[in-house]
Amino acid sequence: MAQTLSEQILSRAAGRPVTAGEVVTVDVDLVMMHDSLSPSIIRVLHEELGAERVWDPSRVAVVIDHVAPAASVQTAEKQAEVRRWARAQGIVNLFDVGRGISHPVLVEEGLARPGMVIVGSDSHSTAYGCVTAFGTGMGTTDIALAAATGRTWFRVPETVLVRAVGRFRPGVSAKDLALKAARILRADGATYAAVEWHGVEFLSVMERMTLATLSIEVGAKAGLVPPAGLLQAVPEWLHVAPDARYSRVLTIDLAQLEPQVSAPHTVDNVTDLGDLGRVAIDVVYLGTCTNGHYEDMAAAARILRGRRLAPGVRMLVVPASAQALQLAAEDGTLATLLAAGATIGTPGCGACIGRHMGVLAPGEVCLFTGNRNFRGRMGSPEANIYLASPEVAAATALTGYITHPQEVVEVRHVEA
Amino acid sequence: MARVWIFGPDINTDQIVPGRYAPYMLKNEDDLRKYPFVEHRPDFAGGVRPGDLIVAGNNFGCGSSREYAPLALRMVGVGAIIAPLFARIFFRNALNLGIPCFTADLTSDLRDGQEVELDLEQGRIHTDDGRTLQLPPPPAFLREVWAAGGIVPFYRQYGRFPGEAVS
Repeated sequence: MAQTLSEQILSRAAGRPVTAGEVVTVDVDLVMMHDSLSPSIIRVLHEELGAERVWDPSRVAVVIDHVAPAASVQTAEKQAEVRRWARAQGIVNLFDVGRGISHPVLVEEGLARPGMVIVGSDSHSTAYGCVTAFGTGMGTTDIALAAATGRTWFRVPETVLVRAVGRFRPGVSAKDLALKAARILRADGATYAAVEWHGVEFLSVMERMTLATLSIEVGAKAGLVPPAGLLQAVPEWLHVAPDARYSRVLTIDLAQLEPQVSAPHTVDNVTDLGDLGRVAIDVVYLGTCTNGHYEDMAAAARILRGRRLAPGVRMLVVPASAQALQLAAEDGTLATLLAAGATIGTPGCGACIGRHMGVLAPGEVCLFTGNRNFRGRMGSPEANIYLASPEVAAATALTGYITHPQEVVEVRHVEA
Repeated sequence: MARVWIFGPDINTDQIVPGRYAPYMLKNEDDLRKYPFVEHRPDFAGGVRPGDLIVAGNNFGCGSSREYAPLALRMVGVGAIIAPLFARIFFRNALNLGIPCFTADLTSDLRDGQEVELDLEQGRIHTDDGRTLQLPPPPAFLREVWAAGGIVPFYRQYGRFPGEAVS
């Protein structure tokens, strides 16, 4: 029978054909753990499970990205403990402060590949769907168990299909598609299911990651983009089957799509930017595994080129990875952002978890290219977070209120 | 008697324990017990008693993979969580930690602060006004993890994962 991408991948990992609804034990190809949960994972692995070694040190990756660089003595101590542990375990894939966020880093390093089952101690591990891997987030105990045994269990998910047709209009991008899907599906619309994003083969791998990371925000277990257009080697068994069964199908016409904005305090509280009214902001924050990629910095730079941030507006750019930062430095993107008045943080998760590097004060309003606008997410519970694309972020930085990218582009034409 | 704590829909893990209060960020990790719902419901951590029930709306526990969210609830002795739908990572984490989760909408059957008794064995709630509410039994593969007291004792006891065919 024709299988969804998740069924294909989990069948290979289970060693037998599996179908949505079955509970299966599978081999995992890669286990990712980050600095925030590694200390607890290490403790459960050794003290509770009684394991001395991880099952395969070449298939465990440790990434220091959640508080990078360390912001306090205790986070520094815990990071030192994680480094010592990784060395003792013979884990060569330790990506330290400044290398970037786990998800883009594991893709860039060629560790996350098409057809794999990847479990990570981070809910946005759905990211690996950008290379058609079955990536999913788990907590401390599940990750410790996977690291100890190389296995885990799943209920094979049904799949919600989001089918994009047409092409984006200027100023509209992958973030708008993902927020539009969240607007329709709502925060629980794909709970226990996978999402497949079809019709987006023209997007780069990191643009696909925008869709894959936001899949968890509709509750999904995994968010997969089909492999068409990938440069990575794709197993021959992995492809979209035309008659695969989907539990729900959405069609979104990209040519009709307006910039979308997710207003406080839930990700699915989405409106067309044009219906939002005038929202003044204090901070523009461009970063995260969702929209801190090279493509996102370049999209913002195209709008900011030759101009300055509005008076009183701060703009923080935290690249998703060192490689993204390097690319931005090489082609002038970084110089454009700096000339506009933006500042740059160490590649990593930044203030997305409200721990350092741009925590918000009570009453502040942030336009954020990230993936969560929960109350208190980035600092004070009295702050307001609006989620939008990098294009909207750049336009907003120029005016000081949430702005359609075409609005500032048109003004520029008049000035010219 | 246990007491009922009513919560609304879409309670996310940042509301259960904000990232700023993660064990990673604390000098003393045991302090986590002071922080469940620290900002969302500041009277919770000080007022909750062992065995109390969280009765919530749809999509409880959405958001992060942070196991310290259900861990904080276990530290203060939450006896069970009842919601119409749980976010999947939270549900796995709670299962792994041995916290009973029942899929039911009781937000309009019970009121905040109501005294009740939970009969875990029978999956029933007896209220102080004489009603009995039946909870839907969880699937067998979840019950076996529950019975073992969480995924670690389950795996150590059986050497396999839940639902896996016994060979």
